[in-house]
Amino acid sequence: MNDKDNLNRELTHLLNSQRLAALATHHSGQPYASLVSFAATPDLRQLLFATTRSTRKYANLSSDPRAAMLLDNRSNEETDIHSAIAVTATGTVWELSNYERTKALSLYLAKHPYLEEFVNAPSCALFKLTIRTYYLVTRFQNVVEIHMPL
Amino acid sequence: MTFILPIEHFGEEDRAQVGGKAFALASLWKAGFTVPKALCITTDVYDRYVSSTGLRERILMEIHRKAFTDMRWEEMWDASLRIRNMFVSTPLPKPLKDTLGDIIDASFKKYPVAVRSSAPGEDSDRASFAGLHESYVNVRGPSVILEHVLKVWSSLWSDAALLYRKELGLDPEKSTMAVVIQEMVFGDRSGVAFCRSPMDPSQAVIESVYGLNQGLVDGAVEPDRWVLDRISGKILSHTNPRRDLWVAPAQDGAVLEDLPTKKAPHPPLNDEEVEEVYRTAMALEKHFGSPQDVEWTFRDGRLYLLQSRPITTGTGAETRDDRSWYLSLSRSFKNLKALRQKIEEDLIPAILREASDLESITLETLPSEELCHEIERRSLIHKKWVEIYWSEFIPFAHGARLFGQVYNDAVHPSDPYEFMSLLMATEMESLKRNRLLEDLARDIRENSELRQVLEAGDPADADSSFLKRLDDFVSNYGQVICQSPSLTACRVSVCGILLRMAAVRTTSVARKDISALTEKFLSYFEGKKRGEATEMLDLARASYRLRDDDNIYLGRIESELDRAIALAETLLIADSAMEKDQRPYEELIARVKQKVYVPHSAVQATTEDENFLVRPRQLTGQPAGPGLGEGPARVVLKVSDLTEFQSGEILVCDAVDPAMTFVVPLCGGIVERRGGMLIHGAIIARAYGLPCVTGVPDVTTLIKTGDRITVDGYLGIVIVGLGETP
Repeated sequence: MNDKDNLNRELTHLLNSQRLAALATHHSGQPYASLVSFAATPDLRQLLFATTRSTRKYANLSSDPRAAMLLDNRSNEETDIHSAIAVTATGTVWELSNYERTKALSLYLAKHPYLEEFVNAPSCALFKLTIRTYYLVTRFQNVVEIHMPL
Repeated sequence: MTFILPIEHFGEEDRAQVGGKAFALASLWKAGFTVPKALCITTDVYDRYVSSTGLRERILMEIHRKAFTDMRWEEMWDASLRIRNMFVSTPLPKPLKDTLGDIIDASFKKYPVAVRSSAPGEDSDRASFAGLHESYVNVRGPSVILEHVLKVWSSLWSDAALLYRKELGLDPEKSTMAVVIQEMVFGDRSGVAFCRSPMDPSQAVIESVYGLNQGLVDGAVEPDRWVLDRISGKILSHTNPRRDLWVAPAQDGAVLEDLPTKKAPHPPLNDEEVEEVYRTAMALEKHFGSPQDVEWTFRDGRLYLLQSRPITTGTGAETRDDRSWYLSLSRSFKNLKALRQKIEEDLIPAILREASDLESITLETLPSEELCHEIERRSLIHKKWVEIYWSEFIPFAHGARLFGQVYNDAVHPSDPYEFMSLLMATEMESLKRNRLLEDLARDIRENSELRQVLEAGDPADADSSFLKRLDDFVSNYGQVICQSPSLTACRVSVCGILLRMAAVRTTSVARKDISALTEKFLSYFEGKKRGEATEMLDLARASYRLRDDDNIYLGRIESELDRAIALAETLLIADSAMEKDQRPYEELIARVKQKVYVPHSAVQATTEDENFLVRPRQLTGQPAGPGLGEGPARVVLKVSDLTEFQSGEILVCDAVDPAMTFVVPLCGGIVERRGGMLIHGAIIARAYGLPCVTGVPDVTTLIKTGDRITVDGYLGIVIVGLGETP
């Protein structure tokens, strides 16, 4: 599991197969977690998600763009303990606009076509989380850090 | 949900729930063969037990701790030991226990029974699990019977069963087990019959012993053996064994005893009885439609069938051979006693003699041609001892393993390795050596004048009594530590270590009150069993001691080979001006060096490239010494890396070898790539009370010298870094 090709494959598969992730933000040091629909860019450097501008997470990110996202393949069974894979991604969140938004939007909607109306609403913002580090947990206790280039 | 079924009530639809063995017995009963009365605890009960107690996931976590391919069989064996202990220490939920207990009580009262495994798919013509799962004989009373059911279930997860199932491509996660509870038939003669000989398909084979079958099945009693013509049943040959032992029923269980002398001259079966067994076995073949492997027993002249299973066809001889290898992973007490005698009386004196002989030879004066011969000779001697190490010394480690199982079954400790404190009662060579080192270091610590002399670099200037003890140490153990032929160089290396040890208060080996622990263990046994338990403990101690000492003995032989090679290399450098064909050592050294056994670390790919950087954060291995240690890592790949070793560092290596253990008193913890509880590093770590994690894949490349690491010896994990988030 520590071999790099395997890691890459495992991470890619997890990011492409999962639809939802828990996003962690904070307000004045108080952590806050929320569920978001996400999509990964092919180079795995960014995770895209959308939220309306009136949400608590939007407010939190506006004051501090640092965030973490947790995603995993658990099935809510006991066997998850040894067989589930979880990844925590840490980095910084930016709202997308213009050309970058258009490009990201088609990627995002390819994964979540049912969200088209939601994302295109004027009150909705599309974000990218630029990953600094992934923390990949397998076999319950095996943890590997994957540091992305700056 | 069906919990328990008498064999006479089975229908075809119950097959998957009752397993192969129980189903075959039911089929025999229906066809009118004589089989003992039996009940079957179905796989539903196993499933309910492991689900309701949480054991199912605990087992899976244990076997998925690492990728199967990353596990050495010693690690499998450790995992199996832990799993077995989970079963033994997790009682059946009360309602389940009451329901089963009532039915067992109604059927058998206080009469003795045999408790046997019956896993679905276990005996097919493709695979035979014969001998891989456990069975117990002469067990009485519902609650004791149910305790043995737990042990039979746990054997589903023995290392041998896991490896074999893996090889057959069976998914361990899907495995389950039924158990047969069978009225005990105390046969006076017992045996097995193969309708078709594995050696010659035109023949049938019958083997028989006096008393119960256990002795034959586990190899403790050598059987009489008849080879018959498969078609006519004519006896073609009869082999007389020594006939000196038998397995007789004891108050509970069974014991191996001397065969009464009046029985010894006579084979257990006469020709008519051999024929009866043969005819019955062939009738079974006809009944099941394939050649059978049958266990039977005679009681008062009546033939009882204990079990029948198809002879494995598979890919022929190969399949059988593999299973027998897995079976060899567990050795009988008798077999280990014989091995101990051979090791203690022949092999150890021989290896010590050979090492002393080699050490007494002055190589420096040998003409070059003779030095070449000497290197060749040493290389062969070394090769011979490496082979003996694998074929005799390593298997003897099973003595400790066997004891661990006996201890855990009797004592039910919460720590499955509690038994190891009892094994450490005896002094190991490397601990003896380290104690001498600690004594010398203490003298230096307490004598500043001596310290200054040594710090100046020439130990020869030290006072004569210290120098004598230093030289005694160097001549007894120096070769392993400094690997240099020169006394002066050895003195300097050893003094370097002593000065570092003197600078800090090092950990010493904890001496425990072993006698109280020993008494606690023995108090679980009475009468004859107590004698057996005492003997087993003694054997286990010998086995445990050897796991360390053998490395030291082999290390002496190895360093003698190295000494000759090192000298030849020096000469080679001196001769570098010579023409190539006049340089006698070059090719020889290259060739001999290739064969030298050194526990190399595997070559791993680098984990950095231009795209992203992979760093370990938490690595999983096996818990091998309880405790928590934190400090900078010192990655040691070769003995010379040890010269840099600083007090408080965590030793990270491929495998702790005897040449490394002298830095252990300076360590804050030990991490090894190689896994297993009974490997050298784990033994030494436990002796010093140091946290230790073994079996961490790729650890010597993933961790770098200087990395801050935490060794969690309770959980078997190594944490790299301090948890800072970049």
